Amino acid sequence: MPIDGLSENLTMPASCPPRAQRRTTMVVGPSFLRTAGAVAAKDLRVELRSREVVYTMTFFAAVIVVVFSFAFVKDQKALIEAVPGVAWAAVVFAGTIGLGRAFDREREGDTMRALLLSPAPRLAVFAGKTVAITALVIAVEAVVLPLCLLFFNVDLGAAVLHLALILALGALGFSVVGTVFAAMLLRVRSRDVLLPVVLYPILVPMIMAGTKATGALLAGATGDAWFWTQFLAAYDAVFVIVSLWTFEALVIE
Amino acid sequence: MKRFLVPLFALATAAGLAGTLYMIFYVTPLEKTLFFNQKIFYWHVPNWFVLFTTVFVCGVASAGYLKNRNPKWDDVARAAGELAVLFGAIGLVTGSIWGKAAWGHWWKWELRLTTSLILWLTMVGYVLVRRFGGAGSERLAAGLAVFGVVNVPLVYFAVKLADALQQESAHPKAQVVSALTSSMKTTFQLSILTFFAFYALLMLVRTSAIRDERRLRDLRERGLDAGILEP
Amino acid sequence: MPLSRVAVQKVGKRFGQHRALVGVDVELAAGEVCALLGPNGAGKSTLVGILSTLVRPSSGDVTYVEGDAARRADDRLRREIGLLAHASLCYGELTAVENLVFFAGLYGVAEPQARAHALLDQVGLDGKARERTVRTYSRGMVQRLALARALVADPSLLLLDEPFTGLDRGGALALGQRLGQARADGAIVVVVTHDLEAIAEVTDHVVILRRGQLVHVEKKRGFTYAELRDVYHRHAD
Repeated sequence: MPIDGLSENLTMPASCPPRAQRRTTMVVGPSFLRTAGAVAAKDLRVELRSREVVYTMTFFAAVIVVVFSFAFVKDQKALIEAVPGVAWAAVVFAGTIGLGRAFDREREGDTMRALLLSPAPRLAVFAGKTVAITALVIAVEAVVLPLCLLFFNVDLGAAVLHLALILALGALGFSVVGTVFAAMLLRVRSRDVLLPVVLYPILVPMIMAGTKATGALLAGATGDAWFWTQFLAAYDAVFVIVSLWTFEALVIE
Repeated sequence: MKRFLVPLFALATAAGLAGTLYMIFYVTPLEKTLFFNQKIFYWHVPNWFVLFTTVFVCGVASAGYLKNRNPKWDDVARAAGELAVLFGAIGLVTGSIWGKAAWGHWWKWELRLTTSLILWLTMVGYVLVRRFGGAGSERLAAGLAVFGVVNVPLVYFAVKLADALQQESAHPKAQVVSALTSSMKTTFQLSILTFFAFYALLMLVRTSAIRDERRLRDLRERGLDAGILEP
Repeated sequence: MPLSRVAVQKVGKRFGQHRALVGVDVELAAGEVCALLGPNGAGKSTLVGILSTLVRPSSGDVTYVEGDAARRADDRLRREIGLLAHASLCYGELTAVENLVFFAGLYGVAEPQARAHALLDQVGLDGKARERTVRTYSRGMVQRLALARALVADPSLLLLDEPFTGLDRGGALALGQRLGQARADGAIVVVVTHDLEAIAEVTDHVVILRRGQLVHVEKKRGFTYAELRDVYHRHAD
């Protein structure tokens, strides 16, 4: 058995180059952007392989839109005033489901631990996960938005692009705050119940601005809509900063 | 220190409450538009000052706890968080009563009400997390408190902007505070001092109770480890 | 720079009400395999967690020494640490190669593809299995992959929590051999295990924990199975 020989004799076998030499095959350290990109790409690849989160989230969001539009029907037509609330509720509720599931995946093999253990900057890991979640939420929005327009008989024309921007900003804000709390909740017992408890109060300004912006667009008040778009951007910026500042302290035991 | 401060604040609170009650009902004149209903203002407004203070204390103590992980910070944050739920509930109830009298509605989606409600919900979430989160929930709660405090101005501006765009704004403040007579002001100031004495008293007592609870648990565990105590 | 020494000083850890570790002192040196033993719930995995820097001790310190200088527990220190835990630390939806390439990227290893295949050769995970998703693997295959993942950046502090679980006799021998090689390379190796037979020959340092407390430390270059079993039963039971 080679084990015997090795335990007696500290000299290295010929097949094994000395440590210092093997070290030279490593580069200094992975950069922030490369790490974030790798983490996001990995998440999306996992998702593309099972499509579980995207399918269930989208279906759930679509059901919410249908149920709510039905609730707001008058003379066989759905009330257009209900559109902003319905659309944003669908996105936020479906997003919460997706967020929980996306982080369950990091729990299965305890891979969140592996991510935090790697020398890659933790904030890059956070950024990568946020990007992936944002992409998922945007995918859901891409279904919710046309559905809303269809069921509520809305014709937005070119303002659809502005609405897309508003929804994208909303998706980013949701993902930033959501990623921090979902990552923290990984080790907490009743995480499924507590995620909405901690997340929704913090999301209120975003939901408020999002619904107001959407409402303004539907009413043709472009000026107000831009105003709220800027507010959403500011919300995103504030919580990106706070999240970057607290993420590391929050996820380490 | 604590042995001296607790009776002091307790006395100040008792005297202050009695004093403000007397002044509210026997000294201050009736207000011109709301009449007797305006009197709730003397307790309602100082109560909100205390609420925002305790939320701020909770946020700062939580940030401190996240930074240096000293459980003493966490004790303060927890006490402040619990008191925020208490004072928030008092504020929402007194506010509703006043709202019914002033506007004819128990509730209105107006700037201060909405902001306070969101803030209160955040703090209820904080207490729920501490209660049901299990081991490790201190960090989560601390994170929520920090995010919650940052969120306050955002909520405030969001509601303010929404109101501004729709040209409505009518918190009782506009009709009331501008027209205070000097005896009203004195009563109001005395009431503010009273409420802060009350807050300081509750904070001291609750923080030390939480700290003692933690120390007792530590001691018990050490006793178990050393085999002195039976499990 | 590889680590030369790790000193655990008076380390305690509590999770809420539960005390997992109480005032533990351990000194780990390069080129030694430390067998961390003890009954279930003794705090072994917690100690491994603390050594991996992911669990903060509630009290006490861990000092990581590189050459003669102590190092701060920062991003660069984590490059020196390889961990094999109870869970696989790998993604079930990805293949073995994809997992290793991903982690090689996070560790900044050059030529991740080549590194992944070299590691899989080393741990004996061969051929077609490499291109299947990890979800389809047997327990033993997952364990081999987990070992390859722990070794991805050629760590100088190798933490193995129950590495023999699910391995067949051949796999256990190969792992024992790999531990011997890591020791010869001057790595610090910590192995938590119940499989005294598999670990005995390469063990230089026995640390026994019971109910979170250190109950026995013994240093000796290589044990026989009988010796190790004897030491264990004298102190752990």
